[in-house]
Amino acid sequence: MTVLEIRNLSVFFSRYYNWFRKRTEACLNGLELSVGAGQLVAVIGSSGSGKSLLAHAVMGILPRNAGWSGQMLYKGELLTPQLQQRLRGRELALVPQSVSYLNPLMQVGKQVRMSGGGVRSRTELRSMFRRYGLESQVERMYPFQLSGGMMRRVLVSTATLGGAELIIADEPTSGLHAELAQETVMRFRELADEGSAVLLITHDLESVLPYADAIAVLYGGTSIEVAPAHYFSGDGTMLRHPYSRALWTALPRNEFTPPKGKPLVRPARSAAGCPYREYCESASEACRSGQIPVRRVNEGWVRCIDAT
Amino acid sequence: MKPDNLAMPDTASGGKWLNRRQRAVIAAIASAMVLFAVLGFGLALPGSGLDARLEIRNQPPSLSHLFGTDWLGRDMLTRTLKGLTLSIFVGLAAAASSVLIAAIMGLAAAMGGRYMDHIIGWITDLFLSVPHLVTLILISFILGGGVKGVLIGIAVTHWPAMARMIRAELLQLRETDYVRLSSRLGRSRWWIATRHLLPHLLPHLLTGMLLIFPHAILHEASITFLGLGLSPHQPAIGIILSESMRYLSTGLWWLAFFPGAALLLIVRSFDRVSEYIRLLIHPASAQE
Amino acid sequence: MIRSLLKFLLGKMLRLVVLLAAISILSFMMVKMAPIDPVQAYVGADLLKVSEAQREQIAAYWGLDQPPLAQFLTWGSAVLKGNLGTSMTFRQPVTDVIAERFLSSLALMVSAWALSGLIGFAAGAAAAMNRNTWVDRMIHWYCYTLAATPAFWLGLLLIMVFSVWLGWFPLGLGVPAGMAADQVTLGDRIYHMFLPALVLSVTGIATIALHTRQKLAEVLDSDYIIFARARGERGFGLFWRHGLRNIALPALTLQFASFSELFGGAVLAEQVFAYPGLGQATVQAGLRGDVPLLLGIVLFSTCFVFAGNMIADLLYTIIDPRIRSRDGGDPLEAG
Repeated sequence: MTVLEIRNLSVFFSRYYNWFRKRTEACLNGLELSVGAGQLVAVIGSSGSGKSLLAHAVMGILPRNAGWSGQMLYKGELLTPQLQQRLRGRELALVPQSVSYLNPLMQVGKQVRMSGGGVRSRTELRSMFRRYGLESQVERMYPFQLSGGMMRRVLVSTATLGGAELIIADEPTSGLHAELAQETVMRFRELADEGSAVLLITHDLESVLPYADAIAVLYGGTSIEVAPAHYFSGDGTMLRHPYSRALWTALPRNEFTPPKGKPLVRPARSAAGCPYREYCESASEACRSGQIPVRRVNEGWVRCIDAT
Repeated sequence: MKPDNLAMPDTASGGKWLNRRQRAVIAAIASAMVLFAVLGFGLALPGSGLDARLEIRNQPPSLSHLFGTDWLGRDMLTRTLKGLTLSIFVGLAAAASSVLIAAIMGLAAAMGGRYMDHIIGWITDLFLSVPHLVTLILISFILGGGVKGVLIGIAVTHWPAMARMIRAELLQLRETDYVRLSSRLGRSRWWIATRHLLPHLLPHLLTGMLLIFPHAILHEASITFLGLGLSPHQPAIGIILSESMRYLSTGLWWLAFFPGAALLLIVRSFDRVSEYIRLLIHPASAQE
Repeated sequence: MIRSLLKFLLGKMLRLVVLLAAISILSFMMVKMAPIDPVQAYVGADLLKVSEAQREQIAAYWGLDQPPLAQFLTWGSAVLKGNLGTSMTFRQPVTDVIAERFLSSLALMVSAWALSGLIGFAAGAAAAMNRNTWVDRMIHWYCYTLAATPAFWLGLLLIMVFSVWLGWFPLGLGVPAGMAADQVTLGDRIYHMFLPALVLSVTGIATIALHTRQKLAEVLDSDYIIFARARGERGFGLFWRHGLRNIALPALTLQFASFSELFGGAVLAEQVFAYPGLGQATVQAGLRGDVPLLLGIVLFSTCFVFAGNMIADLLYTIIDPRIRSRDGGDPLEAG
């Protein structure tokens, strides 16, 4: 069952570009994505590419000067602000990326229990903390007193408390050493195996690869390819988009050649054409204009006119 | 595809013919014009409006005397403009002296070594520990009032916050590469202070002056109002207002209303202009 | 916890003693430089004729024929014994004048302090919650205008409107004129205090409102508010738990740290309304050259400001668990 389906999602900000004029800037542009129950889908994109905005858009907690267009479906139902409000903290859970997402002046336990518009019972919290190997005294600690590992477990635990059906994790492994990163991703795998749909947003392809069902590659503010995780193997020929292949070969265990060109963080000035065309060896005139259509290939899809 | 959801509160202003910044610039220019107009009129007006003309005393505001006349028949508009001009000059001088003290203290604290830093920090605390107005009264009393007392009093009470800011700025600056390089090259502290630090500080000093001036002018009016500032023979807003107290119960409302409102207008206009200038000096604060 | 509190208080007391000593020396030296004849000032204006012999007698009695250092030591040791001298203006010991006047000022200052805190906090919170709307702009405009308004002029306006035109409030003074002290009711006092308190509160509103607005706006932009919303918190509950709780105590702290402005404002408000408080006494001491009273008020107002700052410091350590644990207290004990 598809839990979340995102069609043609764009997120934009309005800001001043000089002293006098305001401009609307797109950060995400025509993004497509879906995740089913029991699935762990990793969204890979370079840092600062607006991946967090994807999470915030789904949760309905974008900043005030941001807007979005497109469609988001939750279990086939259109995600409206009202529906988002009803689901947040219950069926919809966000696992944030750092300690700054906890109120520094409030005890950890109190914050975690406050979820889904009500206060969860202390016993519920206890049993959940026990699951993640957190001692009961952690409840009464303040965020600044937690170690990195404890912090991560507390943040992950917030998602389990409500029995969420869609869990969105925003960079849950950033700043963690390899071992802790593995442990964290494994916890999300567990949650997926228990039936939740998990969307794991990260820039760290390597640590999610062993646990993910599918990988969505983000480039230039849009999703350029969604492929099963096992496509990322061998010399990467199963991958259709040149940028996905470049990402794969850039990993230390492969050839370790970084992708050509600088990572394109924001969509180009004109949204037309393929964002990767400047660095693509087989780019043609056709890559420069129009919306590149999505092609279904085997188990995934790609946004490239060369793909077969 | 047609957007299903457009939630952009801020773009709503895009349709209007002026956005917030354009309005800010216009407000700043208008305020500057008010300031210059007051200064210009205050300096250019003939002193004849200040002569006593008992036949037209206590007249309410009219076309020939916009602010009315007082109990000696003096034109209140002239008195107000002259008073404001004096206040502006006293305020500017006091703010400038205050910034000078702050710069010296800040420089000494940042560049004079740890011992000096402690002493100046302590002096700063000392000056913050007595209420400003009490210090002002004490200093005015000691110097026997007058312009000198007010000037020194305001200069002495308004520097601490500014000095702290300068010190912090300098400590940061001292760690930059080019200053370190100079000191490796054997330049003296004085050379570094005047060639590298001072030019960098100038915009901060200007900002400080812009921030202190409104306080200075209000404090001048206050202390004069209390009878410890400028002398009763000078056309000062504080004097005008304290004299007006005697006529409050007789219904001569214009004696107090217009001069005070004019002072408010001046301070407010100055705030506007200073906000704009600060935005120009420190554009980092522009993106909002 | 108790031990660290004691340590804190002891340290503060030590600082206060050093501070008062420095202020005493400085202000005594400055007063000695004043171009007024101390004997004339001590004698007062009503005894104009004083012969040369009498002058010398007075000077000797007050120790004015001694060198400044000896004079300071005499004055200083008297101060240490709690004797601040005699006020010439009020013909009373300075300590009595300050105590009596301060009590009357205290009622005024406390009500103005509370009023400005409440109004300022509410306005700031309203502005932050309606950021960049007309509500926000109005409150900003209002705050900047208040900050640019001479408080004493505002007092004059209020007198003109409410006392002269409408006749709702008295023209000034702390109690009805010509009434014996024991006949004055609490209602009379509040009635006479209303306008001065209103004027005095105005000085504090802008600071607290702008501070609250900025802090609350920061909180509303913070990651933890995003996450709280993501957990389904909303509406007033969200605002209360993460907004108000995080900014209310810092705002209160700021209020305590503003005793200096409060005292200065009281001087002006009391002068305008002829309210018989410490502020008015300060002005009279300055105008009439009542040196003992002036020095006494300088020292007293220093203590007053110091007390406010100390409470602010104390509050800070209580609010923020980070500071609390740094000071060695056990964070698990609290809450």
